[in-house]
Parts: sequence; structure tokens; C-alpha cells
Amino acid sequence: MYDVAIIGAGVIGTFIARELSRYKLDIVLIEKNSDVADGTTKANSAIIHAGYNAEVGSNKGKFNAQANPMFDKVCEELDVPFKRIGSLVIGFDNKDMETIKGLYKNGVALGIPNMEIIDGDRVKEIEPNISDKVIGALYAPTCGIIGPWDLAIALAENGVENGLQLMLNSEVKDIKEEKGKYKIFTEDKKIDVKYVINCAGLYADKVHNMVASPSFKITPRRGQYYILDKSAGDFVNSVVFQCPTKLGKGVLVAPTVHGNVIVGPDAEDLEDKGAVNTTADRLQFVKESAMKSFPNIPINKVITSFAGLRAEANTGDFIIGESREAKGFINVAGIKSPGLASSPAIAKYVVDLVRGLAGELEEKKDFNPKRKKVIRFESLSSEEKAKLIKKDSRYGRIICRCENITEGEIVDAIKRKVGATTVDGIKRRVRPGMGRCQGGFCGPRVMEILARELGKEINEIVKDNPKSYILTEQTKNNELYDEEVEKFVASAIEE
Amino acid sequence: MLKYDIIVIGGGPAGLAAAIEAKKNGVDSILVIERDRELGGILQQCIHNGFGLHIFKEELTGPEYAERFIEELKKLNIDYMLDTMVLDITEDRYVSAVNTDKGFMTMKAEAVILAMGCRERTRGAISIPGFRPAGVFTAGTAQRFINMEGYMVGKEVVILGSGDIGLIMARRLALEGAKVKVVAEIMPFSGGLNRNIVQCLDDFGIPLLLSHTVIDIKGKDRVEGVTIAKVDENLRPIPGTEIDYSCDTLLLSVGLIPENELSKKAGIKLDSATGGPIVNESMETNVPGVFACGNVVHVHDLVDYVTEESRRAGKNAARFIKKEMAEDCKIIETVPGNGITYIVPQVIRTENLQDTLDMFMRVNNVYNNSKLVIKADGETVKTINKRHLAPGEMERIKIDLNSIKNKAISKISVEIEKEGV
Repeated sequence: MYDVAIIGAGVIGTFIARELSRYKLDIVLIEKNSDVADGTTKANSAIIHAGYNAEVGSNKGKFNAQANPMFDKVCEELDVPFKRIGSLVIGFDNKDMETIKGLYKNGVALGIPNMEIIDGDRVKEIEPNISDKVIGALYAPTCGIIGPWDLAIALAENGVENGLQLMLNSEVKDIKEEKGKYKIFTEDKKIDVKYVINCAGLYADKVHNMVASPSFKITPRRGQYYILDKSAGDFVNSVVFQCPTKLGKGVLVAPTVHGNVIVGPDAEDLEDKGAVNTTADRLQFVKESAMKSFPNIPINKVITSFAGLRAEANTGDFIIGESREAKGFINVAGIKSPGLASSPAIAKYVVDLVRGLAGELEEKKDFNPKRKKVIRFESLSSEEKAKLIKKDSRYGRIICRCENITEGEIVDAIKRKVGATTVDGIKRRVRPGMGRCQGGFCGPRVMEILARELGKEINEIVKDNPKSYILTEQTKNNELYDEEVEKFVASAIEE
Repeated sequence: MLKYDIIVIGGGPAGLAAAIEAKKNGVDSILVIERDRELGGILQQCIHNGFGLHIFKEELTGPEYAERFIEELKKLNIDYMLDTMVLDITEDRYVSAVNTDKGFMTMKAEAVILAMGCRERTRGAISIPGFRPAGVFTAGTAQRFINMEGYMVGKEVVILGSGDIGLIMARRLALEGAKVKVVAEIMPFSGGLNRNIVQCLDDFGIPLLLSHTVIDIKGKDRVEGVTIAKVDENLRPIPGTEIDYSCDTLLLSVGLIPENELSKKAGIKLDSATGGPIVNESMETNVPGVFACGNVVHVHDLVDYVTEESRRAGKNAARFIKKEMAEDCKIIETVPGNGITYIVPQVIRTENLQDTLDMFMRVNNVYNNSKLVIKADGETVKTINKRHLAPGEMERIKIDLNSIKNKAISKISVEIEKEGV
């Protein structure tokens, strides 16, 4: 019997799992996909918002404001890339400037520090490439950029190092309540547990409805993005928003923490929770919107585009709390933007909820909040590179030539706790395939290393989920061929 | 620190030919650095024939063509390092590189020859909408999987782009038992060699749809199908012309891009039309002593032309080492005129040429019965009649040096004149 089961290993599920792993609890983290961070966490704007947008008194407003200052410490502990680069909400006319004043006041009421309304000249100083039509902006220096999947993977890894159990490829099919406890059914497992935390993202309503009558609905709100090559990385210095509309914060242009530029998203409410496809008309809209902020944006440097689905709750706010009908079942649902930016505060709050249910939690004496540092070869000095290769020669073999990623880094990503088992898993952990060749050169090498380290055949290596096979079968049955050749040679010699 | 007269970056056809030619022209201390596990570059995965018709007057496969140069390189005792990645080149020609054996190295070269080749344009770069499943390959990656790793990439294939690798792969997949349903090309003409269209598509009954492109990819885990539509003259899909193809694989042959990330670090100026360094008549870049050749400069149709160009780069790098190069000369620029996409070289110093000036270029469209007109400062110096010009076939022009030498010319232009105009 587990104490706590967390359903869904996105950034919310992994954060809660890691925070709970501080205590003497038996915890299981259940994920339907083949890797953590495989849903909305892998496809969003990757922004730690300053927090001035949400309504005063809302969960979004409260948690974002609380969470923003918490990122420095957790990212330091877990060696997750994070930079505070500030954000701008730019205004093109007086109506925009009114909106900006409203945002400023809202931010003050929410306790967001150091905001300023600045004029067009100052905007131009911060963003030399911005449109000449910009007359002012709301500047919020606490806004940051992060690798969202880096964070979730690091949290899961740290949680597992502290005793958490992770079950991948385990879709929850049903949950039954029995005498105040729960039995969770996956395809091949029955999991007995005292408390359940529902972090199932887009499917949180479906999971909730397994134990209680429907009380909320999650709609997938799709957003589409472009990623520009690193050679465009210094085009923009901060997170640049236009004024928000009813559908959200609008199209932003920002550097990514990995040195690319991200452009997007649009917003489109859908029915299909699997519709992570991009569409030409929406991408065109994203491009045109971005060109309003930055008329010279080098959109010809696009290296990829993608779509993500936000989990939009019909209540309009984060749903965080114990289900009224199902005791011991905690929903953490409708976590759309600023969900990533709120995640540490949400996790802390959910720990308090668990404490409320289970009584005082006993801290583990040996809890280690730190994750073993990830070696990033490219960021090392020449001397450090030389030393590292001397210690482990695999760091002297570059596999990804776009981002100079070594075999040593790829093997480390496989060997760590919550290690990569797929091509996308490697890509998210150490980035081969994220660069301008998009895996054209390194793909075969990465598959070869995965196969070798995991003891598999190369055609058993998949892109992401089990059905995403890359290779079919061998072109020739070489063994048979060799045998035939031998026979032929033998008979020729006899003759 | 290791010191060499010439360091050649890249051990593909360009780097091999350049190194060999430099050695034959009297330079002894040469190092070739190759990132792959063997020399020969992409030729090693090009197991089809058709290489060497110009250089060797016979038809070779890619590996056979490469082997001739590799053997010569070894016979000439030219040093090379395999599985070695160059991380940085500086303007004063310090080269830093890593491998598993020697670790991190910094080397000094008197001259550097850039021969890194090119990479394939990807799905992301052309923003094909749809899902992002497994089963979307660039043609070259698929070629590597099939010819080098020995694994098939799929059973039912649609190919976008009729560049040469796409055409070659259509045939290769068909020979391995896959069903190649269609090749779609967004332009109204193919970007590949005519002989490849005949031998790789026509002979196998594979249809080529010109002015068509892929507008959607279906399948959440693995490709399940694509939608192809006709495009108008602005290359925009025409509503109502969509055709769905079920397939498990989409191959892309949508262009090659010279790989110049290292060149940029060394302060080398690039030509936006070629994507490669701006070079002079000696294949030298704007950074003195740094030469470039092959697909890193501009994408070639035939490896034979890469070899020729690289021999020139190697020979001139040797002249640079021996201080035989005329440096402070008057410069003539080449200017691509009407109908011409680019011209290589971009800069000419006649003092370094012997009898003729060779220029290489591509046209921007298909032209029949037209003329290439070469002008020096606006005055026609040569006219060449052309029955057929196409973007897929590189044009090479030779002009007599006497027609431009010792004249105060600042620009040489090439343009297309249509018949009867």
C-alpha cells in the first residue's frame, strides 16, 4: 500500500512528487507516456511569468506571485537552466497604454515587485530591434525563462533519488474507492493507495470522473509556436508580449534559455485532446503577430514549429483541492498559464493538503535536495574540456555537431535515474536533434548509443511512445547471405 | 602545440582532393580532420553509380570514387585524424578540435582549407504543418540508415522534393521493396539532374507531381498519411486540389545548406545567395590564408565538379604557403544579373589567373533557347547560346583572360537573354 499516488508526470506532478519525497511516505508517480514531461510540459512558452496578469484573489494570481521568487533556489539545487531576463508588455497606442496601466495596478495589488512603466526610448534601449511604433511598455524584471522539461525531468530524477517510485507507460484506466482508500488500475497493474493526487493535465477531468461526479471540464486550448536558430539568439533580450486579449497573453517573442528564439503562441479551443498538430493558417497568424512587435524578425531562421495544448478549465482558474465527493482525492487541475510559473508554490500548497489529510509528516533525515550536476560540454572552458576528456574519453566524441553534444553526455542521460530510453528523451535531456539539422546527422548515432546502452536492437529504438517506431526491418538478412556466400565459395573450391 | 602548413577541415571529396593537390604542389605538412569514423564523407553512403564520369572517364559508385582519393592520400603520407570534431577556428588560424584519443587540441596552421560540406534542409525549416510523428526523414538520413546501417525506414513512402538525393532514394527504396507512391515538387521544374529523373523515377513508374507540395502530415506516433496540394505561381497551396496519400514514411529532399557555423566563428563573410563563403578566383575567403571548396562554398550537382574546385583550392593554398600568391591587386567583382541566382567566385584578381577565368553559377528558372551574356562593366565580352538552362544544373563558363586583363574593369556580370529579345 502506497501512501500517495500522483497521476501525471508533467511539471506539476513531478514537482509535487519531489516535494513529498522529503517526507517518510511511500509515493508512486504514474505516467501514461514513455517519459516524464511528455505532455503540455514539453510544449509551452517556457516562461516564468512575473505574475501581474491574473485576477486579484484568484489561484493563478496567488500562486504565480508566491512561486516566482522560488525558482532561483530550486533551479540551483537541481541544475536546471533558468535566467531572469525581464519582460515587456509593449503598447502601440494610448488604448494599449491604458491596458498597461491596468496591468501595473493589478500587479501592485498582487505584490509583484519592481515593475515600471517605461517610455518608447527605454523600450528601444532594452530591445533595439523592436518596432518603431512602440510608445511604451510595462517592464517587469522578475520574469524569467526556463527549460520546462529540464525542470520536470530534474524533479523526477531528484524524487526518485529520494525514494519515489516512477511508473512509466502506465495509463490509469480506472480508480475504485474501497473503505476510504483507493485502488488504481492500469493496463497491467493494481495499485493500492491511501491518497491520490490528480495531475493528469488535459485528462484531469476524465481521471476525476473515475471517482466522483463531473464537476469541471478541461478543454484543450492549442497554441502554436516557431523556434528560430541559435544564430538569431541575440535578436531579442527579454520576453516581449503584446497587450493581452480575452484569449490570453498573446503572441510573445523571447529568447529561450537554450539560446534560440521562441515565437508564439496563438490560442484556439479544440475538442481533441491529442490535436498537437500545427496548421498553416495559425502559424501564419503567429508570424504576422510577431512581425507587429518585431518587423525584422528573421523568420527565415525557423528550425522547427510545434503546437502545445493548454489544459483550460471551465472554471477559469486553477482547481486545487480535495474533491468534495471523494475524500483523500486531491485535484490539481486546469493548470494552464501561469501554471509552470506557479508550480513550486502549487507543490508546497499540495504538501500542506496532504499534511491536512495524513497528519504531521515526518521529514527524511537523508533527503538530498541536490541533483548530480549535468555536464554540458559546450559550456566548458578549453582547460575543463581537456581535463574531462582525459577522465572519460567519451566526452571527446561529438555526436551532435549543431550543438557540440558528446557521447559522454548522451550516455549520462541514459544512465541517470529517470534516464532517457527514446530518441526524444535524449533530445529533451541533452538536446541532440534540437539544433538546425533537427537530428539529420546525429539521429542514427543517437539510436546506436541508445541500442547499445539499453541492450536493444537499433530498430527497437523508438522516437517517443511505443508505437513511434523509426526503422522497420533489416534490408538484408546478413547471416543468411554470409552462409550462402560461404557455400558458394566452398563449392567453387571443390570444383 | 601541433603546427601544420595546411589544415583541411573535412575529409569528404572536397577535403581529400584539396589536401592531395596541396601536397602535389610542394606542401609537406598537411593534416585532414574528419568528424566521421572514416574518410570519404557522404560518398560512403552513396552506393549508386554515376560518379567520376568527368574526372576518371568511367562510372564509379560513391565509395569507389572516395577510395581512389583515400588511397592516394595514404600513398602521399598525408596525416589525417578521424572521429575528430573541430570546435573553433580563429582568424589567425588557430584550430581547436577534440577526439577521444588525443582529447582537446589546439593547432596552428599557416593556411586552412574549409571543406565541411553541407546539410539537408529539414521539415522544420520549411514549416510543413501537421503532427510530428516518427517516419519523417531527410533523404540523406534515410540513405544512411538503409545503405550504412542496413535498416529500412518504411514500407509506403511519399517523397517531397525532387533534388538528386530524393530521386536516388526513390529508386533505392523501390529496389528494397518499398512502395514509393509519389514524388511531389513545389517548383514547376525538378531541382535534380535530368538523368536521375529518367533513371530513378520514369524507369520505376514513380509519378512526379510538379507544382505540388505536402500541406499536412497525419499520425500521432508514426506517419499515417500526408496531404498533397497543387500550388499557384506564388507557391501557395490551391484550395480544392488536396489529395490524401496513406503512407508510413515521408522523405524530404528540399535543399542543401552549406555548413558554415565554423566559418562564421573565423570571421568569414558569407554570400546570402549561396550560403557559403565569398571566395576569390583562388578559392580564398575574405580571411587571408583561409580557403574553402566543395559544398561548403556552394552546393554542386556532381562530385566531379567538387573535385575540380577543391584541386584549385589545394593548389592555391600551396601557392599561399610558398608566398606565390599576388595579394595586393585590383579587385573585380562578379555580379549575378537577370536570371542568375549566384556566381562563384564572387571576387577576381586577374593577376592570379593564367589563361582563362572560370565562373560557376545557377539560373533561377528553366530557360529554353536563350543566351548567357557576359559583360565587363556593361560591355558584352562573350555570348553563349544555351538550348536548355535549369536551376538543377550548374553552369560553368570559361572566358578568355585576354578579354578582361589589363583593362580597368570593376564588375563582370552574367545575365540571361531570351531568344528573339
